[in-house]
Parts: sequence; C-alpha cells; structure tokens
Amino acid sequence: MNAIVMRRASAWPQRTMRTALLLVAVAFLVVFLLFPLAVVFAEALRQGVAAFLASIAQPEARSSILLTLLVAGIAVPLNLVFGVSAAWLMTRFQFRGKALLGTIIDIPFSVSPVISGLIYVLLFGAQGWFGPWLDAHGIKVIFAVPGLVLATVFVTLPFVARELIPLMQSQGGEEDEAARVLGASGWQMFFRVTLPNIRWALLYGVLLCNARAMGEFGAVSVVSGHIRGLTTTMPLEVEMRYNEYDYVGAFAVASLLALLALFTLAIKSLLEWRYADALAAHAPGGH
Amino acid sequence: MQISNLTRHFTGFAALDDVSLSIAPGEFVALLGPSGSGKTTLLRILAGLDYPDGGNVEHEGTDFLAAPARQRKVGLVFQHYALFRHLSVRENIAFGLRVRPWRTRPRRHDIAERVRQLLRRVQLEDCGDRFPAQLSGGQRQRVALARALAVEPSLLLLDEPFGALDAQVRVRLRRWLRELHDESRLTTIFVTHDQEEALELADRIAVMNKGRIEQVDTPEVLYQHPATPFVCEFIGKVNKVPLTYRHDRLAASEWSLPEAPWADRYGAAMAYIRPEHLAVAVDEAQPAWSARLRHIYLAGSVTHLDLHVTSMDQALEADIASEELASLGLRPGMDLRIAPRRAVVFPHQHGSAELLSELRWEWRDSNGEGRDAGALAPPAPALSM
Repeated sequence: MNAIVMRRASAWPQRTMRTALLLVAVAFLVVFLLFPLAVVFAEALRQGVAAFLASIAQPEARSSILLTLLVAGIAVPLNLVFGVSAAWLMTRFQFRGKALLGTIIDIPFSVSPVISGLIYVLLFGAQGWFGPWLDAHGIKVIFAVPGLVLATVFVTLPFVARELIPLMQSQGGEEDEAARVLGASGWQMFFRVTLPNIRWALLYGVLLCNARAMGEFGAVSVVSGHIRGLTTTMPLEVEMRYNEYDYVGAFAVASLLALLALFTLAIKSLLEWRYADALAAHAPGGH
Repeated sequence: MQISNLTRHFTGFAALDDVSLSIAPGEFVALLGPSGSGKTTLLRILAGLDYPDGGNVEHEGTDFLAAPARQRKVGLVFQHYALFRHLSVRENIAFGLRVRPWRTRPRRHDIAERVRQLLRRVQLEDCGDRFPAQLSGGQRQRVALARALAVEPSLLLLDEPFGALDAQVRVRLRRWLRELHDESRLTTIFVTHDQEEALELADRIAVMNKGRIEQVDTPEVLYQHPATPFVCEFIGKVNKVPLTYRHDRLAASEWSLPEAPWADRYGAAMAYIRPEHLAVAVDEAQPAWSARLRHIYLAGSVTHLDLHVTSMDQALEADIASEELASLGLRPGMDLRIAPRRAVVFPHQHGSAELLSELRWEWRDSNGEGRDAGALAPPAPALSM
C-alpha cells in the first residue's frame, strides 16, 4: 500500500523531469547540430545538383580531396603503429617516467592546433632551426606535403593510444603471458591474442583519428601556405572558396566533409553497438 | 629439477633470497606461504616470465633459465586462468599446438583429436564450442589446465589454482587434480597460501616466508616437526608460551622444562605447543598449570577447549577427541591441571625478540605416554597421504 502510494507520488515529477530534459537536449541538438548540418547541404545544393557536381569536379576541389586522402592515408597508419606501441608500453611495462609519457601523449589534446602548426614552422621553416639545412638539401617541409603530414600526425597523436590504454589496462597482460608460455613467438602472441582482444577499440580509435586527420584545419592552415592545387586540403579549400564568395563551392566541399563525419559517426555507432555486445560477452571472461 | 640459490630483488625488497630446492621427477610440490613471500615470483621465474638476479635452475640436465619461455615446455595455469577470451574452449586448448613452427606442428586432424581427448580428460566434452565467458569458474579452471597439458609439458606450474573458486568446487577440484596427477605422474609445482590445500595435495611442501624457504618436507613431517618459528605458526594451530631460565630449568610459571641443550647460554625461550599436545587432566604429582576452562567448542570429531592460565594470564587452546569430552566430565568454568606433552622450543637471541631457529629443540615428555592415557589421544591431523 505504502509503496504504491509512494510510487504514485514520485512518478509524475519524475516523468515531467525526464520530458523536460529530453526537450532541452533535442532543442540543443536541432539548433546547434542538425540545423547547421542541413544548412550545409542546402547551401551546397542551392543552385542545383549540376552546380554542386561541377564545383566538386573543379581541379582545385579534386586535388584538395586527393591531398586530404593522402595526408590521412599517411598520418592514420603512422598513428596506428604509434598508438598500439605506446599503449603496449604504457600497460605492459613498468619504467621510470611512465606518468610523464602519459602526459606527453596528451599534449596535442591540450595545445591549440595553431600552436602545433607553428612549432613545425619554427623548426622546419625558412627561418627555423633546421630550415637552412633542409633548404640546402632541397627538402621542402613547410608549405609542402611533408609539413601537412607532420602537423596532422601531431594533432591526431593521442587518438589511438587513448582509446587502447584503458582497455589494455583492464584486460591485463596475463593472456599475453599465457600465449608466450604456450610457445607463441612475439608476433604470434600479438596477432593471435593481443590484437584480437583490442580490435574493436583499435578500429574505433582509427576512425576517430581519421575523422580528425581529414577535418583538421588549424595546424594544417599554418604549415600549408595555401597554395591552390598543391597544399590545400579540403578544410582549407572550404575556407578559401568561402573567402572568395564562392558559397556553393565552399558548401559543396564542406558537404563532403560533413558526409565523411556522418559516415564515421554511423560506423562508430555500429561499432559501439557491436563493441558493447563483445564487451558484455567477454568482460567476465577476463577475470 | 634442481633450483639453486635463486635471488630476485624488486625495488626495496628481496622477493627471492637465496632459494634452493630440488624436485624429483613426477613429484607434486607445493610452495606455501603468505602473500608476498616470493612463491609466485619463483613460479614465474620457472615459467620464464620473470628472471632472477642470481642463481640457476637445472632441469633434466640442461640450464633451464637459458631457454626463453616459449621453449621450456612448461604448462602454466594462472590464478585467474587467463583464457583467451576471443577463442572458443576448443581453440584455447589447441593454441599451444597451433603456434608451433610448421615442422613440428601436428596436422589439423591430430590437433582436433588431441583437443577431444583433453576435453574428455577434464570432463568438458560438451563445452568445446563455448567461449570462456560462458563457463563457470571451475570449468574455466579445467580449460586452463587442458590448455596447459596440450603442449605435453615436462613441468606443470599452477598459480593459486583454486584461489578464485568457492569452497565446495575447490575441494572437489582438489581431489580431481590429485587423481589426475597420480595418473599422469607429471612433475607439478603449485603455489598456494592455503595450508589445508597444500597438506592435502602435495607430496612435499616448501614453506616460504619473506623470500626464503623455511622448510621443505612431507606434509606429515612439516606438521609434526616444524623446523622454524614461522613454520610452527603458519602450519596448523599452535600455542606460544614464553619461557625463562630459572634454577637450571626453563620455566613458565608452575610448569618447567628440564635443562635445554643450550644450557644457560640463553636466558629466554619460546615454546610452541600444538593444541593436541596439551594434556588437560594431569595428576597432582606432575608439574602443571592450573587453568580455567572458559569455553568448549565442539567441531565434529575434535573439540577445542579454550583455557585460561591465571598465573601467566594467558589463553591456551587444547584439542581433544570429542569422544573424551564425556569421560573427562568437562564443563565450562571448571579448573583443570594442564601440561604440554610435546613442544618445539627456540631460544631468544640475547636481548631481542628474535628466535634462533638453528638451536631448535624438540622436547617430548619422557614420563611415558601412559601417564594420561585416556585423557588424550591426539586427533590425527587431517592429512591425506
């Protein structure tokens, strides 16, 4: 009796509260996310599909797309290797300065991307520390593709490692040790035990890393030099077109980036769904 | 297998301090000790997962430590099993065979057959396609064992194999493991902090404390003739009675021991007396403590008596066979004359609390066992041998 009364008494405010919070959340999402996203596509298609396709087909647009793919194609695998190594180092070994390494991995998260870019200009630019030497050997880093790759790698450095470290920490190293005692070589252990255990987190980290690598603006902007058709990635191309009042062109390229983001988001949700499933099935198996 | 002078230091303490141990082929040896005593470190060194700072290990005439973990042919069962969570039970067991170089790798069909045999042996025929997360603790434990046995190891290492299981499953698995060992005669070393487990399972027990082996003996010898104060206290229950040297005897209040082997060189000593070695109805002619019987705890075939010796203001525990309870007419609150019939005595280092285990003296009442026959037939310790 008592319980029923109490439940009745508390059910109404609770439900109202829930509805109110939901409305606030939806309102925020619509105003700050969905509406702008819709605007991007609407602006891109304002003069019709033909104009949209034409502006994407322009050589500058195509070269910016190719450049973005190239930069991400180099930066993401590098970060994959770095992320797995760093996570392994951080979770399987005890050494001096471990906490420091953890902090260093996080630096790109806390430093403004513009500063990340400037660091490379100061190091490799014409007036930079290594600038004259590089110049003498005919190597161009700043205002060229290597600079874009460097800046992108720096900015996306923590993504894979940060995704893996908590997981590998909770899993512990016992399965790796078991594999070794059972006669597995280092590579066999890695590919048969370590990697399968972290595959979902790894894929998730790579996706986030890729989204950031393709969408990065600040750091890339500093080292790029905005040479049309040579050093402009998609975000830079968007900015340049916008500054030239080519709204359809700007939004067309922007819509491609937005599509990429949506695609990443979809795969991420899929993974999370899949990953949660795998976690629920496997977590009690560990300990 | 011969382990000689192994030493392993971690920052700040010695996990292993000059540990030597020889193990006969087919022997079942327990490393028993409290946590932090170095037993797991020793096991990990044998498995190749850790390396000693000094000492060596010889196995079947070869330098064991020179071989990396993957070449040692050691079966290791982890405390938390460490099953590969992404592989089925069958694949877990087959792992050690699949990772062999192709020249020595059995054929697919032979691997499947071997896995089938092992599943039967660990009584999990129906669980081959399940994943570790879908198994109970006891089942996981057996999968871990089957996985370790699949590589046909020459040495089986078990790290707290029953630590994570509930009490009933633990006892059942213990018996099962002992039977398995009796069939296979595989040299087995297991680590445990549970003395009951060690006493029940092992051919020999190495008691470890602070990185050292205190004593290696059969369960019976270990229980009846503990070599050091630590072993006295760690294995079974024991009463500690401080003694002082007075008038050529080592005395504790009304009761005293005849002259110790070390005569008057040490002024104080500690006597370790098992509860079942405390006679509770000593006649007036013999020296004894007068004690009050505070509580009687009936624990099945054995009864624990909670006694208090007023002259020393010390609580002692005596065990008698429950059958004797009625014939002695024991009731809580009554006064008894009690005296040890056996004791292990260690002298104190002068002016310190440290006991000198090398001067161990095993004393036995020479006035004949018949004196208080009937009063006390010591219950045999629960040993399975």
